[in-house]
Amino acid sequence: MLDQTTVTADGRTIGGVLMDMRGITLRFGGVEAIKDISFDIREGEIRAIIGPNGAGKSSMLNVISGFYHPQDGEVWFRGERRPAMKPYQVARLGIARTFQNIALFEGMTVLDNIMTGRLTQMKSGMLAQAIWRGKAEKEEVANREKVEQIIDFLEIQAIRKTPVGRLPYGLKKRVELARALAAEPKLLLLDEPMAGMNVEEKEDMSRFILDVNDEFGTTIALIEHDMGVVMDISDRVVVMDYGRKIGDGTPDEVRGNQEVIDAYLGVAHD
Amino acid sequence: MNAPATSGPASVPALLARNVAQHGSKPAYREKEFGIWQSWTWVQVAEQIDALAAGFLTLGADPGDHIAITGRNRPALYWAMVAAQKAGCVPVPLYADAAAEEIAYALDHCGARFVVAGDQEQVDKIADVRDQLSALDHVIYLDGRGLRKYDHSQMTSYADLQEAGRKADVMDEIAVRTDALGPDDKCVMLYTSGTTGRPKGVVLSNYNVIETSKNSAEFDDLRPGDEVLAYLPIAWVGDFIFSIGQAMWTGFCVNCPESADTMQTDLREIGPTYYFAPPRVFEQQLTNVMIRMEDAGRLKKWLFDRYMAVGRDIGPKLLDGEPVSVLDRFRYRMADWLVIGPLKNTLGLSRVRVGYTAGEAIGPEIFDFYRALGINLKQLYGQTEATVFITQQPDGEVRSDTVGVPSPGVELKIADSGEVFYRSPGVFVEYYKNADSTASTKDAEGWVATGDAGFIEDDTGHLRIIDRAKDVGKMASGALFAPKYVENKLKFYPDILEAVVFGADRDYCTAFINIDLTAVGNWAERNNIAYSSYQELSQHPRVLDTIQAHVAEVNKSVAADPMLAGCQVHRFLVLHKELDADDGEMTRTRKVRRRIVEEKFADLIAALYGEANEIYTETEVTYEDGRRGKITATLDLRDAQVAPAQRVAAE
Repeated sequence: MLDQTTVTADGRTIGGVLMDMRGITLRFGGVEAIKDISFDIREGEIRAIIGPNGAGKSSMLNVISGFYHPQDGEVWFRGERRPAMKPYQVARLGIARTFQNIALFEGMTVLDNIMTGRLTQMKSGMLAQAIWRGKAEKEEVANREKVEQIIDFLEIQAIRKTPVGRLPYGLKKRVELARALAAEPKLLLLDEPMAGMNVEEKEDMSRFILDVNDEFGTTIALIEHDMGVVMDISDRVVVMDYGRKIGDGTPDEVRGNQEVIDAYLGVAHD
Repeated sequence: MNAPATSGPASVPALLARNVAQHGSKPAYREKEFGIWQSWTWVQVAEQIDALAAGFLTLGADPGDHIAITGRNRPALYWAMVAAQKAGCVPVPLYADAAAEEIAYALDHCGARFVVAGDQEQVDKIADVRDQLSALDHVIYLDGRGLRKYDHSQMTSYADLQEAGRKADVMDEIAVRTDALGPDDKCVMLYTSGTTGRPKGVVLSNYNVIETSKNSAEFDDLRPGDEVLAYLPIAWVGDFIFSIGQAMWTGFCVNCPESADTMQTDLREIGPTYYFAPPRVFEQQLTNVMIRMEDAGRLKKWLFDRYMAVGRDIGPKLLDGEPVSVLDRFRYRMADWLVIGPLKNTLGLSRVRVGYTAGEAIGPEIFDFYRALGINLKQLYGQTEATVFITQQPDGEVRSDTVGVPSPGVELKIADSGEVFYRSPGVFVEYYKNADSTASTKDAEGWVATGDAGFIEDDTGHLRIIDRAKDVGKMASGALFAPKYVENKLKFYPDILEAVVFGADRDYCTAFINIDLTAVGNWAERNNIAYSSYQELSQHPRVLDTIQAHVAEVNKSVAADPMLAGCQVHRFLVLHKELDADDGEMTRTRKVRRRIVEEKFADLIAALYGEANEIYTETEVTYEDGRRGKITATLDLRDAQVAPAQRVAAE
């Protein structure tokens, strides 16, 4: 049933399972950060992982991105079991991410930062790049074109040549998204894309996430704190608490789940 | 009334055909996209326009239909205007930042069957009001981003429509419709921003547009090879004349910026030779330069001050062609090399041959600054009903306090009431579906009331504008009340962004003041004054002190004019919010809507004429996305020093 495609109310097509997490358990020494969690991410959907602080959301994202290797459980990607990989190998599979604490090159311009996102697409060697003739030059031009499309898409033309260090927080987040998009990922992982933003910035970011999904058909998995935003933009939500999965379903299903309500709002003690 | 034949091709499409023949391979339009300037030659532009015109026909456009066009400045939208004309239709450009109900009003009023919209934002606005618009048939969008999942039964992309047009066999029909266009036919309909009441649809004929474009282009010797940057709203008559009228007449190149935010960078890259900006833009630029110079090192600051003084001294003389000694020429050359040249380059004004400003009064020091840089900045006076030009300043006769001599072909007269009337080839045909207003604005002989009060200087023949005729009034004492005159003096201070003076039928004048956040914010930073919001900064005691001093200085200068001495500002307050078009307090061209401000802030005005020293107020505001909110504030009311009126020298 999971393999059939469905069309959402707003006309997007959601395909079969892209990524399947089966019985993931992740331990740091004696601490169990993730306890036997299974869920899947389907092609073309916006999938959110939410939960209170310390629930294990970021750990889960790091498992997906291949940065952490779970002690138990299997990660299946596009119908194949993914062996333990180095992060760059995962990136080559078509998974890109942004970070909770912005990880950009502060001294480099926005354009150069986004160009680094094209690294996985570049074939010519260091020497050829240095001489910059023929194939290397052509490759650079093609990559730049792709990057310019992303700049246009995210409406950051005005800061193209600005060093990232001079930008306000909200724009840095957008540049990070741009760099992740530059890799033309199949699966885009967003680690708290709205953290620390004001209402307007959150609205902008939500719109960009929806547009990315709509325009490029990119599958998006995001972690977020802000329940309101997540419920608005995601197709399905996994809720975690203390490393366990306590809910999984559409935003409406999750909203009505008593365990989720308790985890988020606390349980009355009287 | 039959208009005489135009002095050349009879319609804009005919001009286009002429340009294709004469300048075919030269660039006609450019747009920065994906970081690169893309350009289209006249031949390519004509092909694009033909394809779209054919596309309109495939949708069933009939001659005389109105086609609304809305979005930011993009070549494709300008082509849509000409394509509409080729299809025998009338283009109706609309303001891109207009709210949905404003768009709805215009679309409903003109009964537009088609809308060419720039992007999703515009499409959404139209979708919001679509059920009120029975005439609306089809929406054509340019940038399809975010629109993929919209219902496409009555929506097509610009490129798809062109493709359909290229496949259809309708070029013969288009040729018939284009050839039928004569000087009397409608060229365009533009909605006036309207400081009062509903916007009115001003109909301009081909004769109006072509004759005015020709006259004004000849006045300033505009020629092929000139470059303009199109960045002002496409619905504004000036942009239509610069980017379509004059561009088509002279065959110069129109450049469109990448986005509104990149305008300054794009300006630098293009280096326009012909440049128009409202005073506000020049003010903003000057403020930015001054702020940056405050932060510059000692040497740079010294160089700047020293050579700007040289520039102020000699620059205007050189521009006006006055005799300048060899030594002075050398000094100016030095200044140009060290300061003026690089500064002009930074501002993107290195190549400006003809620069214009209009719309509001411009402060003398702002004017002098640009003239010192050797920029031929002039003023013009115009309105939509005149197809822009009423008066303009000839080279060599440039002053900050006049608006120039009548443009070629324009006759002026001043009524007894002081109101300025004009008659010209540019005089509009009519207000669409509004015969009453047409009749009350334009008389049988073709004289049009400007609504402005002014006079013609005897010795120079230059026109001077005092104020809007209906705003000029009397105070309780019978003294003349000309609010704009005082407001302009106030606005010349960089700290003051906007001012509104009250006093008609009152004993004394009072004022609302908006601080300029850039200038005052920078000053606050420099003086270690912390603030968390515009509102807080606006009420800071030291800010109020500064403004109080400005008002006192203005009073002194107002008192120097015996006729207007009664207009001194006795009490004022600094508003807690910026006057904003979204809240209806200003027009889209950023002119204050006096009556609405009076109604909305009636409590504040009452307080200014009362005894209290502060007032608590609640104000409703509209955010950019149309939501409403409320802000509350307690405002300080302050008295300003008033100067005694200067009497005629006693014996």
